Formats: sequence, structure tokens, C-alpha cells
Amino acid sequence: MENLNGYLIISAILFSIGTVGVLVRKNAIVIFMCIEMMLNAVNLTFVALSRHLGNLDGQVFVFFIMTVAAAEAAVGLALMIAFYNNKESIDVDDMNLMKW
Amino acid sequence: MEALSFQQALQQSILSANLIPILPEILLSVLAMVLLLVNVFAPAGQKSYLNYISFFGIVVTGILVAVGWGGHIESFSGSVVLDNFATFFKLIFLVSAGLAILIADQYMEREGCNHGELYPLILFTVVGMMLMASGTDLMTIFLGLEVMSVSLYVLAGFNRGSIKSNEAGLKYFLLGAFSTGFLLYGMALIYGATGTTRIAKIAVQVGQMSLPSANIMLLAGMLLMLTGFAFKVAAAPFHMWTPDVYEGAPTPITAFMSAGPKAAGFAAALRIFLVALPTMQVEWSQVFWVLAVLTMTVGNITALRQDNIKRMLAYSSIAHAGYALVGFAAGNPTGTAGILFYMLSYSFMNIGAFAIIILVGKKGESNGTVQDFAGFGVKHPVLAVAMSIFLFSLAGMPPTAGFIGKFYLFSGAVQKGYIWLAIIGVLNSAASVYYYLRVMVYMYMKDSTEEFDWMQLTVPMALCVAIAVAGSLIPGIVPSFILQFAQQAVRLI
Repeated sequence: MENLNGYLIISAILFSIGTVGVLVRKNAIVIFMCIEMMLNAVNLTFVALSRHLGNLDGQVFVFFIMTVAAAEAAVGLALMIAFYNNKESIDVDDMNLMKW
Repeated sequence: MEALSFQQALQQSILSANLIPILPEILLSVLAMVLLLVNVFAPAGQKSYLNYISFFGIVVTGILVAVGWGGHIESFSGSVVLDNFATFFKLIFLVSAGLAILIADQYMEREGCNHGELYPLILFTVVGMMLMASGTDLMTIFLGLEVMSVSLYVLAGFNRGSIKSNEAGLKYFLLGAFSTGFLLYGMALIYGATGTTRIAKIAVQVGQMSLPSANIMLLAGMLLMLTGFAFKVAAAPFHMWTPDVYEGAPTPITAFMSAGPKAAGFAAALRIFLVALPTMQVEWSQVFWVLAVLTMTVGNITALRQDNIKRMLAYSSIAHAGYALVGFAAGNPTGTAGILFYMLSYSFMNIGAFAIIILVGKKGESNGTVQDFAGFGVKHPVLAVAMSIFLFSLAGMPPTAGFIGKFYLFSGAVQKGYIWLAIIGVLNSAASVYYYLRVMVYMYMKDSTEEFDWMQLTVPMALCVAIAVAGSLIPGIVPSFILQFAQQAVRLI
């Protein structure tokens, strides 16, 4: 596959956007979406590499990542609801009871 | 033709699935699921027996794990292995989980959040950690790490009514998931550079490269994975979440998190870096050198000015990760056996100290500053002696386990030629004596009107303190006994 580099560059860009988003955004849900974007950038890398190398390990890995991301989303959103119930906000600047 | 080969492949994979290496994991998972069900049908307010059942389960699993010592069985076509390295770490996880379960009941009852789900979650965490220690495929290690982390996110935010606990859970979740992203990206790039996720095969592929560090993909993958693990073991500069999470989480969970999952992070990192990437040791040991120095120094210096004792122990736990990283930077048998030894003794002394903190604390996590220990030594001489042993061991004074552990970690660094690393480590260790002894000064030399009459020393609590005292003293007095096991464990990987 000639354009492997293209896929890798795209996923590196997606990963970087996700990373920057985690660092600059304030809303916990948006931060979580940025994390999901990082994970999907990883998925894209895995699929592109798997196709390039001609073995399926990478694609199997992607299934595991997707499953785990779903489990993480369930737990993470539940934690956000618990926080919102007590604080009426999910802004990370309001997580200031202890020094961040 | 294709169908036949598929059938053959299926048969082969079924035949290669030897369940013996993951028997402890299966036992604990089944127990955890049964306990979840029992918890649903049990009458409210009578959940203490879940505590005893899970402790019993931990003990049985511990025996099962210990029986496997000396064996070497690969299973699931080489993605899980039973070897001494995995066995040693599994025992560390079981020790930390068992001690945490012993101290959990009283605390959770006091804080009014004694929900039965606590114990299954702790058991699932242990299952995840065990998979991390025995995984020999990046996929297995990742899955184990996530089983561990997802359970820990819930545990950190377990006290739903307390906003501090909510905050701890959410912060841990956001930063934990963030670090998982780095770890996975690293794994993806290593897969790209070597074409496999099996650790043994990666080692073969990397070994064939004439100059592995010239392979940008491999190097970037290694560094990203290193970042992910540095987050998990709370190494500076990736330690920012640790004090907040440790302070906010329920105290038994903090005790557990600072011992077990940290050891699990080291287990997985040791296997990946020592087995898969030994030819790149020059590169990664430099990174670990810097991480170790930063982690020790940042942890100790910030711990000096903490009044909240939980937060102080959180920073101290960062510093201890730094000591273990010294052994990692050395990367030789002495240093790595030192990590195993240190993680085991750290579990005992740290959870013991947290047990005393739970005893002294009052409802709502009040009474948790260093000053609140004033007069404790006069009112409760036995418990104060126990606390002193834990603090001495954490500070690394002979004849405690903490001293021997540090001794081996630093001598590993000296053998490798990292004299300065060992010197910085010893200086740090000397600085840490200040904040540990400060607690003891308050215990013995300050007067207080407090009678400490709210304290109840329940049987599990007393058992935990007794085990922890034994665990922080015996390895210090007869170190060769445990150390020979640690050395055997690192010889095989």
C-alpha cells in the first residue's frame, strides 16, 4: 500500500489535535471526546499498519480498543454525573477542592 | 481448502488454550461476579460478610498462585505465561488487595458508603493487575491494564456523596484515559515497526535490527509507551494527578492504589522493556535515569510541606516510585530484583500506615493532619509503635524492609555505573526522614488533650496492622529469604 504514510500522518495529526484538546478545553465531556479522538487515531494507525504488514493482529487490537473505550465511556460518564450532582458543573476549573 | 485451514487454526487455538496459567484470574473473576449477585439479594446493612468472603478468596488465590512457583507454562499461543516473575507480582497484588480489604469495612461503615460492590471491584482490579503481570502480548497487557484502571476509576469515586471523592474519581478517569492514549499509540507504533504484538517476537525483530535506535517508528513507540507507564506509576513529570486522587479517594482505596496498581505498572513495564527491547537499553535507561531523579526529588520536596497526612503519603508514594525507577534505570538483575523486593515491602509498610490513619481519623475524613497525631504515642502505645515501624520503614532505616529494598535498588545503580543516581537517591532518602519523623515527633513529644476514645480496633484492623508490621520487619531482618525469590523471579524473564 503506497499511501501508508498518508494514513500515519493523518492519524498523527488526529492524535495531536486530541492531545491539545485535552490540555486546553475546560468541559469534562469535551475533554473526554478529545480522549476518544486520540484512541481513534490509534485505531486508524493500527488498521493502516495491519493492512500494510498483511497481518491481522492490528485489527484484532482495534476491536479490543473499541470495547475498552465503550467500557471507559460508561464509567466516565457515570463519574461525571456523580460530580454534577454535587457541584452542578462539569467544568474542570470547578474541580478545585484539592489543588489540581 | 480455506475452510479446512480455518478449522485447523481453530482447533490449534483451542488446544493451545491451557487454562492453568490463568486459573487464579478465573477464580477471582468468578468470585467477584458471585459476590456482585450475592450483594444484590443480601439484606441491606448486613454487608460485612462480603468482606470476609473476599478476604478468604484472596487467601485461597494466594495459595493457588504460590503453588505455581517454579513452573513455566505458556498459554493462549504465547500471550499469557505463568512464570516466577508473574507469580511474584501476583503475590504482591494479593497482599495489597488483602490488606486493603481488611481495612475497608470499618472505614466504609464510618463514612456511610459500605456498598457491597466495593469488594468485587477490588477483586476485578486484582484480576487486571494479574493479567498485566502475566501478559506476554501487548494486547493482554493492555486489556489487563484497562480492567485494572476502569475498576480503579470507580473505586476512587466510590464515596458518591463526598464531593472530594467525586473529584478524585473524575480526575483519575480523565488523566488515566489520557495516558492510555499515549500507551496505545506507543504500542501501535511498535507493532508497525516490528509487525507483531507478541513480546518475544518483538524481541526477535528488534534484535535483528543493526541499529534499533535509528528506527524512528520504534523509538517513538518506545517513548510513547514509556510516557504511558510513567503516568500509571506516577513518575514526575506525569505525577500531577496523584496527590489529588490519593487525597480524595476513600482511604483504604488510596492504600490499595499506592501499592498494587503501582507494582502492576512496574510489572508490565519491566516485561516490555527488559524482554522486548533489551537492545535499546542504552536509550531507555537514560530516560529512566532522568525520570527517577525528577520523581524522587519532586516527591520528597513537596512532601516536606504537607500537613494533611494522606496528601503527605501521596507525595511520599511518588518518591517511592522514584526509588523503584532507580532500579529500572539500572536494569540489571540486582536492580530489578530490588524493584520486586521493594514493591512487596512497600505494600506492607504503606498499607499499614494507612490503616493507622483510618483508625485515628473521624467521620468525614476529619482528623487527618499531622498535628492530629499529637499525644497518640501516650494514649495508644502499641499502635504508635506499629506506626513508628511503618514510618521508619518508609524512611528506609535499618533494620526494616524499606532499608534493604533501597539498598538493593541503589547498589543495582552503582553496579551499572550510575554513581550519581545512587547518590541523589540516598540524599533524597535522607531528606524524606524529615517528614516521616515529623509525624513521630507529634506522636511522642507533643501533648494533647485528645483521649482518642472514638477509636475502635476491630479484629480485621488489628490483623492488618499485625501482618503489616511483620511484613515491614521480617524482610528487613532476614532479607535473603525474600530476596532469593525476587532474584529467581527476574532471572527467568
